[in-house]
Order: sequence, then C-alpha cells, then structure tokens
Amino acid sequence: MQIDLSVQRVSKTFGDFTAVDDVSFDVPQGQFFSILGPSGCGKTTLLRMIAGFTEPSRGKIEIRGADMAGVSPNRRPVNLIFQHLALFPMMTVAQNIAFGLQRRREKRADIQQKITRILERVDLPGFEDKAIDQLSGGQKQRVAIARCLVLEPAVLLLDEPLGALDLKLREQMKVELKKLQAQVGTTFVYITHDQSEALVMSDHVAVMNQGHFEQVDTPQNLYHQPQTSFVSRFVGDNNAWSGVVKRCETEIVDIETPSGQHFRTRATVPLTPGTAVDLFLRPEAMIIQPAADLPNLNRFEVIVKSLLFDGANSRLLANPLNDDTELLIALPQNRQFDHIRRDDRIEVAWDEQSGICFASLE
Amino acid sequence: MKRRFHLTLPLICFLTPVLLWLLLLIVLPHVELLRMSLRTEDFGGDPAWGVANFMNFFKEPIYWLTFVRTAVYSIMVTVMTFIVAMPVAFYITKVVAPRFQGFLMMLLLMPFWVSELVRVYGWMILLRESGVINHFLTGLGILNQPIEMLYNDVTMVMGLVYTSMLFMAVPLVSVLESLDDSLIEAAYDLGANMGTILFRIVIPHAMPGIVSGSIVVFMLTLGNYLTPNLMGGKNSLWFTEQIYNQFIASFNWNQGSAFGFLLLVLSSLVIWVGLKLTRQKLSRVVQ
Repeated sequence: MQIDLSVQRVSKTFGDFTAVDDVSFDVPQGQFFSILGPSGCGKTTLLRMIAGFTEPSRGKIEIRGADMAGVSPNRRPVNLIFQHLALFPMMTVAQNIAFGLQRRREKRADIQQKITRILERVDLPGFEDKAIDQLSGGQKQRVAIARCLVLEPAVLLLDEPLGALDLKLREQMKVELKKLQAQVGTTFVYITHDQSEALVMSDHVAVMNQGHFEQVDTPQNLYHQPQTSFVSRFVGDNNAWSGVVKRCETEIVDIETPSGQHFRTRATVPLTPGTAVDLFLRPEAMIIQPAADLPNLNRFEVIVKSLLFDGANSRLLANPLNDDTELLIALPQNRQFDHIRRDDRIEVAWDEQSGICFASLE
Repeated sequence: MKRRFHLTLPLICFLTPVLLWLLLLIVLPHVELLRMSLRTEDFGGDPAWGVANFMNFFKEPIYWLTFVRTAVYSIMVTVMTFIVAMPVAFYITKVVAPRFQGFLMMLLLMPFWVSELVRVYGWMILLRESGVINHFLTGLGILNQPIEMLYNDVTMVMGLVYTSMLFMAVPLVSVLESLDDSLIEAAYDLGANMGTILFRIVIPHAMPGIVSGSIVVFMLTLGNYLTPNLMGGKNSLWFTEQIYNQFIASFNWNQGSAFGFLLLVLSSLVIWVGLKLTRQKLSRVVQ
C-alpha cells in the first residue's frame, strides 16, 4: 500500500522547549489518521510542519515519497483546514473554492465544473454566490473542506475544525466527515483534543503527550489495550487506583491498594513484587450485583454517592466501604437497577481480565 | 424597525456644543465666504452680485494651472504615501514580535510630537545649498560644488509624503491588526504567492483603512500651506498660496473666497470619485 505521508524522527525545538520530540509515523493512502492529545502537547506544531509553515529542527517529512524539506506551503501537495476555517470573507463561496484552482491557472470552464461538483459532494449545491457571512457554522465547515478537497491534495490536514461548533452540530459533522472521507478516499490527518472525535472518525489514532507519541493504534485497541497509563487516563473514562504488586502469576498480578483492598488484574509487561503500580478499570467493566457463582471476579461492596443519569451513558458515583476513592460505575438502563438509591450499599465486581495496570511513573 | 429619534433634554445638552461649534465656526464663515465670493463690481464701480470672481479663475491660466497641478500632486502624494506606509504597517502588525509593536508605533509617532513647522525647517537644514547633505557630499568629493535641493517639485512632494505618513499608517495598522493571520496562511497553503496574497487578501481586507487614510492624506495635502510654501518655494506653486495671495497680498477677499470655494468643491469631488472607484461607503470608511 502506498504511503501518502511519512514522518521520520521529526523534532522541533523552540529555544529550550521541545515542542515535538522524535516523532515517527506513516499514513497509508486513504487512511483517516488522528493525532489526539491535550492542548500544548505539540500536535499543532507537528501539523504546521507537515503543512510547511514551520521547518522541523531535525528529521524528515515525506509526502508520497518526496522529501518536503525546504518546500514552501504553496508548493506542497497538502492542504490545511484551519481551526477557525479561515474562509476569505471578501469572497463568495465559489470564489473561495476557485482560489486554489486559479493559482494553478486552470481553465475557467474547468474551475466552474469542479466548483459545481465539489459543492454537490459536500451537500451545498447552488451555494456558489452566497457570501461567507450568510452561511451557518456547519455550512462554513463544508465550504472549508470543499475549498481544500477541490485541489485533490495527497493529504488533507485538519486542525480541530469542529472545535468551534456546538455539541449537536459537532456530533453530526463527525459522522459526515467520516462518510465524506470514505467517499473521496483522500488521506486525512486530523488533530484534536477531543477523544470522542478521534475514536469515532479515525482508522488509526496517535495519542500524543508532551511532544512524543504514547501509542499509535486503532481506536478499539487504544480503548481496550492501552500501552501506557497516560493513554488509559486520556482515552475514555477510567477508574484509577494506585497500589503495590504483591504477587505475580503469568499475566495476572495481585495488587494491594493503600486502603488494604486486594485486586487481581492483568499486566501488559511482567512486574516484580513491590513495584508501585496504577490500576485502571473502565466504568462499564463493573458488574453491579454479580451472580454468586461467577468465577475470577474482584468482588467488593460500595456505597452509592449519587446517580448520574445521562440516558445510555448513565453512571453511579460510589465509594468503596473503607475508602474514599470515587468510582464510576456504568449503570445499564435496562430497568434492572432502578431500585438503586443514594446511600445504598451494593456489591460490585469486575473480571480480572478487564482491568489493566502499569508501573507508576515516579 | 427603526427607532424614533426623540429630542430629550440630555440629548440637547450633549448636542448643543457640537451644533454651536459647527454653526459658528464652520457654517457661518462658509456662508459669509460664499456671499463674498459672489460680490463684484458693476460697470460703474458699485458693488453688485455676479460670478466675475469665478470667471477670473478660468480666464487666467496661472490660476487654473496651479489648481490642476495641486489636484494632481495631491493625488500623487496620496498614492506615494500609501506605497510607503503599507509595508511599514504590514511589518508592524504582522511581521514583528508583538512586544515590539508598541515601540515601533512610538517611533512612528515621535516625529509628530514636534510641529510641522519645525519638521519642515529640519528638512530645510538638511537640504539647502549650505545644508548638511551638501556639506557631506562636497566634503566626500562626490559633488564639486553644492547644489540647491530645495525649491523644486521633487523635494516638495517628498516633504508632503513625510508630513502625511502618520495619517496613512495609523488607519492601515488598525485595519491590518483586524486581519486574521490564518487568512494569509490559508491563501499561502492554497498555492498563492506573496503577490496574490497582497492583492487578493490583504488589500481587499484593508480597503476601508486605505480609503480613510487616503481621504485624510489627500485633504491635508490639498489644504497644506506650510510645506509647499517653505519647501517648494516660488517654483512649486500650490493653490493654497494663491488663496493666501488674494487675501493678504492683494486684499481681494472676494477673489480669495471664490478660490477657497473652488478648492472645497475640488476636494469633495475627488473624494466622491475615489469612493465610487473603490466601491466604499463614506459611513463605513469613517468608522
């Protein structure tokens, strides 16, 4: 498979500060690749290096096999969708889309045809003569995408373009963007701090923290098989305990928490007894009132602190008996647990395969 | 729906000084000027109404030639001021680090702390025959004898551009500050070169600032008396000097008033044409 974008050991330093630290990745043709990280992790710097606005301090960026060192943004086969879209307010929709084509000196008739076609593609037929300030947020989004896609770039870069939209529209645009990408087949590199955007849309996600990649994987693997404790914390909700390894078996370790609770869980790497570890558990891995005969469970009792009703995403906020750790427990809305009230004492449990632990970084 | 305009007491209090100012210092003198410009003498030498003062303007080539010259040079000065001020404003707003912006604006403002008269005399010290530049050039052996650099059109235009710089730079800086950097980057990303970015993105965005700066510079240049008089001298006549001559030298107030009115008509006309050409509205430009 052809590699559209190859980033090889790229670093960027500003004075003493390392914004991007030895990052490497390849994006094959047609992939939706996301870079997910908290603000200030260097993802925008990385994107600007790919677009050509900043030169890397070290390392190499190749687009479709061509080295991009010293190539200015207007000569790179990539286009960037800016965070605030940067549509030209002094031009109409058609003039905005035509801008890049005119720079390539394409024929007037071809430009006209391409504008019509791309506007149909993004579901805005007949919007040619509208002014930019007449458009709604979602429509502007689509014009910005059309303006880049009409140039048929090797890679389309997106810098948190959904950030400015309201929640409902953002949910809708997420699905639309994924569909659009599947239709046109252009390689997308999308950066965001919103894990749900990354998980929903991407084929592969790179989790970035303090300038380096923590893990590059499919959304499913990031969620189920996080490689580092940062990924566990950042991707999806998690319950976290700190503890010390007491006993090791093959792949299963016995952990004691500071409050004296014992849990059996899996570890990704072999751990020796006495190691301080962080233990992570998804809220939906908790089983409320498990049947007595289920094997391999970590069972304990909790006191319900509050019920967080949010439709399909409802949770219980609870404390273990002798502990004030706050636990999030998924509350299935199948009416089975409607009797649970605040301050109830209930038994919960989780399977030893569903937790994951990492040596804590101290 | 349009709000009804009510004349309330506070409104009257605030409006009165402004209206008095406009009426007493601007409207009344102009009405008087207009009245004077239309006064003439009949065959018997008695005062009468007539357009003879305006006819004089067209009959005497020196008058209307100076008039046309002043108009053309003012437009030229406006264009040149724009060409000089635009890169300066762009540099201050987009290129230099934000913490130096205030400092650079200060440097731009500093010459305007001294009066125009002093600044023009400063130029004269530099440029005159026994001036600093001549002294250096002859000292270095580049010139055999000092040359007179003052009292020609080039020096006068340069002086006018220098005097007007700030009035073009300030509106340009403020309008360029409102230009989102990402628009420039987006254009660059879409394949535009620097020229295209300037003419398709920066200038269209800056148009209101360009027009308002141009109006101010044009009006100030057209009505400038000091700089053309001191730096242009007798070789570079400016229309304001004609007006001055009529009032002070010839004591012909009626003729002077007529010239004053012609200048007013000229500046209004040029600005109207300028607004039409750039498709800007006066109400938007003066904001």
